[in-house]
Formats: sequence, C-alpha cells, structure tokens
Amino acid sequence: MVHVQELGKRYGDRVAVHDITFTVEKGEILAFLGPNGAGKTTTMRMITGFIPPTHGTVTVCGFDLFDHPMEIKRRIGYLPENPPLYLDLTVAEYLKFAGKIKGLSGDRLKVGFDMVLEQCRLGDVSGRLIANLSRGYRQRVGLAQALIHNPAVLILDEPTIGLDPKQIIEIRELIHGLKGEHTVILSTHILPEATAVCQKVVIINKGKIVAVDSPERLSSQLKQSERLSVTIQNRDAFNPQKVLALSGVTQLTNDPVRDGTYIVETELGRDVRSDLARVIVESGWGLLEMKSLTVSLEEVFLHLTTQEHSIESAPGELL
Amino acid sequence: MKNVLALVGKEMRLYFISPVFYVVAMVFLLVTDYLFYSQIVYFSSLSTQMMQFQQNLPQLNIHNVVFRPAFMNVGVILLLLVPLLTMRLVAEEKKGRTMEFLLTSPLTIMEIVLSKFLAAFGLYLLLLALTLHVPLILVTITTVPMKPLLTSYLGLALMGGVFISFGLFASTLSENQIVAAVVSFGILIGLWLIGAGGEEAASTPMGAVVNFLSLIPHLDNMVKGLLDTRDLSYFITMILLGFFLSHRVVESSRWK
Repeated sequence: MVHVQELGKRYGDRVAVHDITFTVEKGEILAFLGPNGAGKTTTMRMITGFIPPTHGTVTVCGFDLFDHPMEIKRRIGYLPENPPLYLDLTVAEYLKFAGKIKGLSGDRLKVGFDMVLEQCRLGDVSGRLIANLSRGYRQRVGLAQALIHNPAVLILDEPTIGLDPKQIIEIRELIHGLKGEHTVILSTHILPEATAVCQKVVIINKGKIVAVDSPERLSSQLKQSERLSVTIQNRDAFNPQKVLALSGVTQLTNDPVRDGTYIVETELGRDVRSDLARVIVESGWGLLEMKSLTVSLEEVFLHLTTQEHSIESAPGELL
Repeated sequence: MKNVLALVGKEMRLYFISPVFYVVAMVFLLVTDYLFYSQIVYFSSLSTQMMQFQQNLPQLNIHNVVFRPAFMNVGVILLLLVPLLTMRLVAEEKKGRTMEFLLTSPLTIMEIVLSKFLAAFGLYLLLLALTLHVPLILVTITTVPMKPLLTSYLGLALMGGVFISFGLFASTLSENQIVAAVVSFGILIGLWLIGAGGEEAASTPMGAVVNFLSLIPHLDNMVKGLLDTRDLSYFITMILLGFFLSHRVVESSRWK
C-alpha cells in the first residue's frame, strides 16, 4: 500500500533522512518510533508530498509521488504534529471546508461530516469556534479532518502528544478501530503506544532505520534470558540455595525496590514456574505473586538507539 | 472550480470574522467621504462665484472638479490600506502551519493563489461599492457625466487588482504579516512614484519604458474618462505579473 524505497532528504550538508526503505501493507498499522530529531516528521512530510525527497521513491496505492502527486493526496489523510486548524472557524465550518478540498461534495460531504463527527465525538462542539476548544478537542478535530474523506492511508504525526491519559486512551482506541480498513502510519516516541496499537514497528534513529519488526519479535530478540519476578510472604525463612538448585535457574537477585520480591533468571526457553512455585510452597515461604518479566519495548528502543549493551536497570544484590 | 469556491468561501469567512476588514473599511469610508466632501465644498463655492460674475467656464464640470481629484486621492489612501488587507493572505497560513494542510491536499497551487486573489479582490470591490453613495447623492442634485464616472471606477477597480496582486506576492515572502505589509507598501509606492520624475525622462527609450510602468498616468487617463487599451493592458499585465510571482514563490517552497 505504501512503499518507500531508498528515500532520502538532505538539507545542504546535513542529511536528515538516509536511504530508508520500508513497506506498509494494506490494513496494517505501522509505528514509527524514534527519538526527537530522528527524521520521523521529515519522512512523513515526504510521503504526503509537502517536502520533495532528495532521492528515492514513494509509492502510495500504486501511484508514484513524482508522477501522480494529486492521486496520492486524494488518498491520504494527514495529521501533522500541530493540527492545521483555522482558529477563527467553527468546527463544522472547518470540517466541511476540509471535506470539500479533499474532493467531497453534496451527499458524500454530508455523510463524511456526520461520520467523523461521531467517530471523533465532536457532536457537542460542532458549533464552537476552534479557538475556544481545549487541546484534546483540537487534536480530535485534526484527526477528523484526516478521516473525513475516508482515505485509504492515514499518516498521523504524534497523534497523542499533549493529551491527558484519558484522551490518549480514546485516541488509541479510535486508531485501533481503524485497523484493517485503513492503512495507518503513526509516529510516536511514547513506547507503550507503539506496542498497544501497532502490528509493525520501525525504529528510526538519526535518519536511518535501525529495526523493523513486530513489537513482540523485537522484544524477544533482545532477551538474553527468561526472567521471573516472585514475591513471598516469609522473607526471613527464604533460602536462596533451594531456588538456585532448581535446574535451569541461572541467577537470583532481590528486587531493590520491593522487599520480599526476587528476580529469578533462567536459561532461554526454560519454564521453571511450576517447579519454583512448588519449592516456595513446600518450603513454607508463602507464595504471594509470580510473573514473567519480558524485555520492554523501552529497553529495546534504548538499546538500539543508544548502543548500550546492558539492558538491565539498577541491578539488585546477587544472592 | 469547486475547490476555488470552497477556498474563496473559507477566505471570506476568515476576513469577515476578523476585525481588520471592518476597521479598514471604516477608516477608508471616513477618509474618502471627507475627500469628496472637501471637493464638493470647493465646487460649490466656485459655482457661486461663477454665478456672481456671470462667466461661463466650460472647465467647471463636476467631474473635473470633484471626482478627478477625489479619485486620485482615494488612490493614495487605497495604496496605504490595501496592503493591510492582503498582508494576511499567505503569511498567516505559513505561520499557522495551515499552508502544509493546503499543500498536502489535492489542490493545485493555481487554485490556492487564485482563490486568495479573488477573495481579496471581492472585498476590495465591496469597499469601492461603498463609496458609490457619493455619486448617487450627487446625481439627484445635478447632472453627473456618466461615462467618466464609469471609467473612473473601472480604473480604480483595476488599480486595486494591481495592489492586491502585489500585496499577495509580498505576503508569500514571509510568515510575518508586518513584513508582508511593508514590502507591499514599498512595491506599491514604487509603482506610484516611478513617473514622478516628470516628462524629461520620457525622451530616452529606457525612460519611456520606465515611465510607462508608472501607475499614476494610467489611472489619471481612466479617471479623466479615457478608455485606452494601453492603460487597460498596463493594469492587466501588472495584475498578472504579481500573480505569476506569487505562484512561483509558493511553488518554490516545494523544492527546498
């Protein structure tokens, strides 16, 4: 659906984007993850036709950016980092204007307008001046203009920036609901967002693609061992040797933050949970909680973008 | 076509919701009414004098005494006020990041630039129309020659087109509206004053060309009542020049 081949952008001597190549399939939601200044916004602006690439090609829905830019623009809904709003218009005036310039008219305009009003929950504020809306509402109006013509491809630059947690969840649900029908590319540096909403993650740093994969596979690629966190009631009775004696256990540390919680590391592929639970219960230590710790996307991100080899944060005491 | 209508509609809505247009219109009307008024008073006193001395001065026709000088002065006022209307056209879009919105929608640059010109020109014609109350009132009192009046308004309309066209161009050059307004003033005052050197410059071929570029003689001809294709072509060419320059500047942002 969207294919980018060796796309690059140079401003004089400074290279903002180096030869990036990736594909987004129809109906997929792709997250563009990267620190500030990585080139996410520049890449999106190139795909939408706002900035010309220095080299490379962009193909959207089969149309090449240089040959048929208008066809591409008709099929893309774009929400830039700052929603492009005319503050002196009302929500209704603005959205109808947006619909018209994207090619809607008459009945189709009305249908599209009603649809985004409902989808983005703007019914209550449709008569209000955009200047009088809160940030959350303005973001929703921005999203509405991107959706109004029911585009095949949606490009959202940091769609949840500056919103409060409740609003963030609402927008995420909205985006999640678009899966399958629309192809979505969204950029973010909020890592849980990438895991929550997307099927594919592209990590970009300093204008280069550093990793492309699903969030789960990216996390598992970085795992060096399986980790379990276990909390027991009688920490005085705790005997580390009994746990270390279990086959497959490689390391035992205590959690520096919570008393009575221990991190058990085992070899990759070994599931020692039932053995561990049995030892704890039989020894009378009182099993309160046991959970798997996976490498979070945060750690993957930091690892890939700062080239640190260690992925552990403040290690506890080795027992 | 539909896009142009939608864009003009949006532009008009933005103009009418902002206080700028109303303030400009109010000042314009107050000043122009005063200009007309002072010429009418002068005409009135001349008429009284003529009656006293029983002279028949063929030059004393209302158009020459009232409208010609008044319209030329109105031209100067418009030179100062029109940039204030055009300064926001592109500068505001760039500042508010809505230019990105327009350029990533399926709109051609021609549609964007044309609709801004048409919206501003429509407002300008509205301003001119508001001054019609003066000739309308005078028509009821005395005979007003119609043809020179019509060519005068046509001349002012075309002149306004030139002002708007270059004001639009100036607006494409900056995000800052003040800069746009000042650049616009500079260009328009330049056009106004070029021929101020007088007739001597016209002796050399270069001088003749430069003189032709000067706005005042062309406006003056039309305000006198002359309908000359040279003047018409001047106005239309200048309008197109400003338009072309605006289009190029907006387009160039695509290639940076």
